[in-house]
Amino acid sequence: MSERRGVEVRLENLQRRYGTVTALDGLTLTLSPGELVALLGPSGCGKTTALRLLAGLEDADGGRVVIGGKDVTGLPANRRNVGMVFQAYSLFPHMVAWENVAFGLQMRKVGTAERKKRALETLELVGLGRFAERYASQLSGGQQQRVALARALAIKPQVLLLDEPLSALDAKVRSRLRDEIRRIQLEVGITTLFVTHDQEEALAIADRVGVMQSGHLEQLGPPTEIYSRPATPFVAEFVGLTNRMKGDVHGGTVDVRGTRIPLVDPDVEDGPATALVRPEAVTLASNGEMEDGPLVGTVIAIAFLGAMSRVTVDLGDTIVLAQMATSAASQTPAGTKVRLTLRPDPVLIQREQPATTAP
Amino acid sequence: MTAAGNPALAITAGRPKEGGRRFSLDWLGTVPFLAYVAVFLFLPTLIIVAGAFVSADGGVTLGNFSAVTRSFVVRAALNSMLISLVTAVIGAALGAILTYAIALGSPNSVLRRMVTSACGVLAQFGGVTLAFAFLATIGPAGFVYVMLKDHGIDFYGNGYWIYDIRGLEVVYLYFQIPLMVLVFLPAVDGIKPQWREATESLGGNSWHYWRYVAGPLLFPAFLGGTLLLFANSFSAFATANALINQGGIILPQQISNYVSSETGGADAGVAQALAVLMIVIVTLVTVVYSLLQRRTSRWLQ
Amino acid sequence: MKAGFQRRRRRNLQIFRAIVLIAAGLYFLVPIGAMFEFSTRANDQVSRTLGAWKSIGTFPDLVTAITASIELAAITAVVMLVLLVPTMVWVRLKLPRLNRIVEFVCLLPLTIPAIVLVVGLYPMYLWMGTNLSDSILTLSFAYVVLVLPYSYRALDAGLSAIDVKTLSEAARSLGAGWLTVMTRVIAPNISNAILNACLLSVALVLGEYTIALNLFYNNLQVEIAQLGRTDAAVSIAVAVASLLFAFVLLTILSFVGRGRVVATGQTGK
Repeated sequence: MSERRGVEVRLENLQRRYGTVTALDGLTLTLSPGELVALLGPSGCGKTTALRLLAGLEDADGGRVVIGGKDVTGLPANRRNVGMVFQAYSLFPHMVAWENVAFGLQMRKVGTAERKKRALETLELVGLGRFAERYASQLSGGQQQRVALARALAIKPQVLLLDEPLSALDAKVRSRLRDEIRRIQLEVGITTLFVTHDQEEALAIADRVGVMQSGHLEQLGPPTEIYSRPATPFVAEFVGLTNRMKGDVHGGTVDVRGTRIPLVDPDVEDGPATALVRPEAVTLASNGEMEDGPLVGTVIAIAFLGAMSRVTVDLGDTIVLAQMATSAASQTPAGTKVRLTLRPDPVLIQREQPATTAP
Repeated sequence: MTAAGNPALAITAGRPKEGGRRFSLDWLGTVPFLAYVAVFLFLPTLIIVAGAFVSADGGVTLGNFSAVTRSFVVRAALNSMLISLVTAVIGAALGAILTYAIALGSPNSVLRRMVTSACGVLAQFGGVTLAFAFLATIGPAGFVYVMLKDHGIDFYGNGYWIYDIRGLEVVYLYFQIPLMVLVFLPAVDGIKPQWREATESLGGNSWHYWRYVAGPLLFPAFLGGTLLLFANSFSAFATANALINQGGIILPQQISNYVSSETGGADAGVAQALAVLMIVIVTLVTVVYSLLQRRTSRWLQ
Repeated sequence: MKAGFQRRRRRNLQIFRAIVLIAAGLYFLVPIGAMFEFSTRANDQVSRTLGAWKSIGTFPDLVTAITASIELAAITAVVMLVLLVPTMVWVRLKLPRLNRIVEFVCLLPLTIPAIVLVVGLYPMYLWMGTNLSDSILTLSFAYVVLVLPYSYRALDAGLSAIDVKTLSEAARSLGAGWLTVMTRVIAPNISNAILNACLLSVALVLGEYTIALNLFYNNLQVEIAQLGRTDAAVSIAVAVASLLFAFVLLTILSFVGRGRVVATGQTGK
């Protein structure tokens, strides 16, 4: 199972409407051979539609799907050689695990002995060799999804599609299986599209993340770029936490409560705007007595997140989140008066009437 | 899997500890109910079973069962079997198709709700009214027959088969099909759309889907439904008696004749023996039905 | 633009669905319509008349049978409730282990066809007829058994939707006696289920034929069947009327019962 067989996958200007609702509005996306791309977005953004069009489970109203240089737009799902893992309950309940995995091989007229051998190998790959004779009802949710993954991989597909495969599982199993999926994907070297609404999941697993909204891609890039240099206010707000702080734009910078911060996109008109400031860009200091000022406030809560902590500060007219090392946060327990400092990382701004980013 | 089952189990589990120390009179509360069913359900059953093995002079005998070999009883029994088999198989097949058509729509649509409650009514609809309904439709003076005859189509060219076994079969389907819809719909609803999509993405076509996935999943429920239909038609009496009044064409009519014959052919012992046979057959069929039903619901919960 | 594979499949399924539903609709509605047609036929086979409907009241035997069947339906429903509701509540409260047995007993009549039951009832009714009463109303004893499975299911759905134990413990702790608990606390909370059980019983009794015929009692259905041999139009008119009545009852039931029965009847979804 170790030969690399990644192929390039191209979605070109895909269109899909349901009645009057536009689910996909000209989506274009290219996956490099062996790459894992996560499509991230709120429900109804079109990410699942994109995946189903790629799988052939729905017809496109326009555009093309190209897998490994071959146009498959007109092909039905069963002739696309695409492996798919569904959200949940997709295992055939009347077959044991290995029979489920062998099903795709049976469709390809592989002999019985060979079928079982390859099914068992694939179950081994997902770490479920011992559970080959179990029915779906005798497996946990995480194990069922592993079998579903093995079933999708057993047919040696050109593309692997994962449709929110972890969303029905509980938190602990979810992160373990997420890493497991990534390990297997790298081992097999298969081009993969992973659809999720969970930003942490997308950032953790993908080579590149595509953030979608209203049927189109807002931004496509490596996780670090999506997080630290969001291209649009929507991406900034959807991925990670963001403080919305009122400010004034002057010649390419924004003045937020007395601090000048550069803009990601300096070519904007002057005037009032809302700056989107990451909690990590906010630091706080406390030195005994302190004069009142625009950035002076009181700590009202500390959320312990492990090595990091999130501190909530009340500035009187607004609430600001700051994220820092837990050791630093413990210096300023709730009730402490603190002064905030805003690091001058370039920020995005939002104007009053941003019709395109309304939720 | 009844909602009532689980709390009951939970309560019994904790009970033995305290159960021993006091002798409870709580069971007295069930006496009226148990007394009633003892008199009007168990006593008649006992009369049937005991009577079947007692001869006219009071001795124990298997003689009553020898009546089963009388030619007209054999013919009636065969007729019953045949009608039940034919209407069960055809009713199950047509009912399954109708069920599938219903399940294709949205689960909360008005149409679906109307069709399922209509099925609830029609499955219970039998007897005199149903016989009359078909006489008014395809009887010799029936609406549809007269209309077709006016257009040159005479489906009674070979005699009035509506008063025969074939007529009974057509009429029975009227309650068999809706009954099939009622018992088969939960199984069809349990089929998840992911299974078809998984089949497709694994390279299977519609034939593969029905042959390897949906077919095997639905087959036990289908077979169970067929058995229930068989039992249902096997025990039906009213419709046949209202349609065919010459008597004795099917087994329940033979029983009726032996219970109380206006022509003096009554023989309680024989009636009871035939009744025992019916109980045995219907019980057998019902047990197999519920076993099959349980198996499907384990898959399709 | 080429019609896509999935879209074509979906359209074919919709066509299949429409054809099947229309065919089924015809098969099930035409006979009922035909009865109407038949009952309004005039002698000349062309014009329409309501003569058959109007003459229903002129058949004294028929009127007697209708009255008897309505009385039977009422008695059966009341006896069923008095017998079943307190028992089911009591078993839930005090004897949970008996729950399965009561359920089994109540569903038992489903496997004993009416024609079989009548064989056992015959000698009993013979004895009752000479020693107690030979009134047609004694049929309700047998009918209660007949409606047991359906009533049990309806009541079971209602009782499963409420927490009988907590409700009655609460009422008892506030000083209520058992009768008060039953009539003022439990019954109002399962009123839908009680109505369901009653309507089902009434519909079943009004349609009953086998037991009455074989015990030589002329209830509604037996009378209709006999009348059918002499005056088909009138008997069909009565059949239509009884059918409509049952239909109205069951429609009421489907509206009343929707909320609770649907919510508790099936698990999943």
